[in-house]
Amino acid sequence: MSVASADQLPPKATSQPGGRSELLQAWQRFRANRMSLVGLTLIILLVLIAIFAPLIAPYDPITDIFRGVRGVGPSWDHPFGYDHLGRDLLSRVIFGSRVALLVGLVATGISVLVGIVIGAVAGYFGGWVDTLLSRLIDTLMAFPIIALLVVLAAVLGPSLVTTIVVIGFTGWARFARVVRAEVMSLKQQDFITAAKAVGVRDWRIIWRHLLPNVMGPVIVLASLGIGGIIILESALSFLGLGIRPPNPSWGGTLADGRAFILRYPHIAFFPGLMIVITVLAFNFLGDGLRDAFDPRNRD
Amino acid sequence: MLSYITRRLLQGALVIFLISLITFAVMRLMPGDPVYMLLGEGEIRISQEQIEAIKAKWGLDRPYYEQYLVWAWNLLRGDFGDSLIRTGVPVREMIFEAIPVTAIINVIALFISLAVAIPAGIWAGVKRNSAFDYASAVGSTLGVSLPNFWLGLMLIVLFVLYIPQWFGDIPLIGKIPPFGLRSWQGYILPVLVLTTEQLAVVTRVMRAATIEALGQDYVRTAYAKGLAKYVVITRHAVRNALLPVVTVIGFRIAFILSGTIVVETVFAIPGIGRLFTDSVFRLDYQVVQSLVVVLAVLVVLVNLLTDLTYAIIDPRIRIE
Repeated sequence: MSVASADQLPPKATSQPGGRSELLQAWQRFRANRMSLVGLTLIILLVLIAIFAPLIAPYDPITDIFRGVRGVGPSWDHPFGYDHLGRDLLSRVIFGSRVALLVGLVATGISVLVGIVIGAVAGYFGGWVDTLLSRLIDTLMAFPIIALLVVLAAVLGPSLVTTIVVIGFTGWARFARVVRAEVMSLKQQDFITAAKAVGVRDWRIIWRHLLPNVMGPVIVLASLGIGGIIILESALSFLGLGIRPPNPSWGGTLADGRAFILRYPHIAFFPGLMIVITVLAFNFLGDGLRDAFDPRNRD
Repeated sequence: MLSYITRRLLQGALVIFLISLITFAVMRLMPGDPVYMLLGEGEIRISQEQIEAIKAKWGLDRPYYEQYLVWAWNLLRGDFGDSLIRTGVPVREMIFEAIPVTAIINVIALFISLAVAIPAGIWAGVKRNSAFDYASAVGSTLGVSLPNFWLGLMLIVLFVLYIPQWFGDIPLIGKIPPFGLRSWQGYILPVLVLTTEQLAVVTRVMRAATIEALGQDYVRTAYAKGLAKYVVITRHAVRNALLPVVTVIGFRIAFILSGTIVVETVFAIPGIGRLFTDSVFRLDYQVVQSLVVVLAVLVVLVNLLTDLTYAIIDPRIRIE
């Protein structure tokens, strides 16, 4: 038997007919859950709003400053009212969705990638590599992450890129822990032993045979984590360490609103409402995915 | 048992060492020089010699590894040094002034939320798919999706702006101040915010754990031998279902800063969250470094206590 044909050995969960039907089953379980469909719909809407923000927003979020209407409340022409400088709040909130989704999705993507690589390496190779990486994971898990974020954002200078990079590179420990545990249990199984016996290279085993099998829990964990990351981003912006004014972000607008909370309460109300809707949507989606991928959790 | 604790403490010491090293390194990378922060830029003209003198006094002229060793050694002896910015005030004093403020608010919130969430979670789990179960599911999902700083701001609007406008002062309580802790009424809103968040988390966990426990074989056995439903639930199911809640409580205590940092900013509360952000903005190395290490020690100890509590509550868990 040649190495090439050994590679054709079907990985467990992605074998051609079986894999499709398993995904299909997951999709059917997901579809049966009304709340997760609501979540998915909301997320698609939000993504569309973020992409087409310049077309949807009635005014420019930064340069259109109206005179004499600082902090004036909602009206027909300006459904969310004006902010403390006289800018259209609706337009600022629409553009703010870009920041929230960009940070939520990209930072989660970075965390997942780093977590998978480190978790897979630690779990597969074991030994001193595992000991070293596990201590690193422990350290990151024991770190008050918000403290690290605040300090790093201050060090690197607050900006969109900083926020994404900092959140992405500090949040991978959870994913690494899950991937490591899954890989450790999977590598004992016969199909891995078989692949090793016929001489498949380590990286190919990890990539083709192990990773497809750990993606389920990782996807669930990621979708449940996005909401938390969006809250984290707005918390950073709220503290003045995220997106810098005058660029519109929900957390930043909330911070503007805090300064005028008793005079113009609507400034803080609308961006917060958008955060709640977005986070809720991702949480519904995550709950649905968890139930769909892990039948043990089903009612 | 003893060897287990020793091993965990040694691992914890390693983690704390790494954290102190990372924090120290990151703080030195910060743009800006604390000396200028201390003097106020441009206000007073000072000579290069004076700057050197100040640096020498604080040891900022020495190589980084020496600065780290001095700081770490002093920390081990319980000497946190003096604040760089609030001249002469010992960091230990600042931290120990802030801890009780944060602790009081969080402990009250934790007690209230446990008292409500544990029974609510059990009830939702026992009466699965009932109206109460759905209501608590929607409520707790909403609760975990609310950013606590927004909730805080909205409560300020409601309790300080609208309710007095509509009804006058609140009976028995009177005026609720929007910021600060000068009177006991100042505690109401921050506690309310932290309670809401924890209520949601604990209810979710308690419900899931109850459902899991009710599906176990030993529960079926208990029913089979004719025990009353009430006894089965309280004595067999709930006792095991409480385990995950212990983890959640441990997590809340360990990561107290994450829960409190933004809330303290919203309500202008002089706790560790405010101390931390203020010190970062003022480049007060000593305070930030020491605070991070203190919090890391807290995480390590609470995690160990959580695992030991597990072993005590659940005799099936053996500590190797």
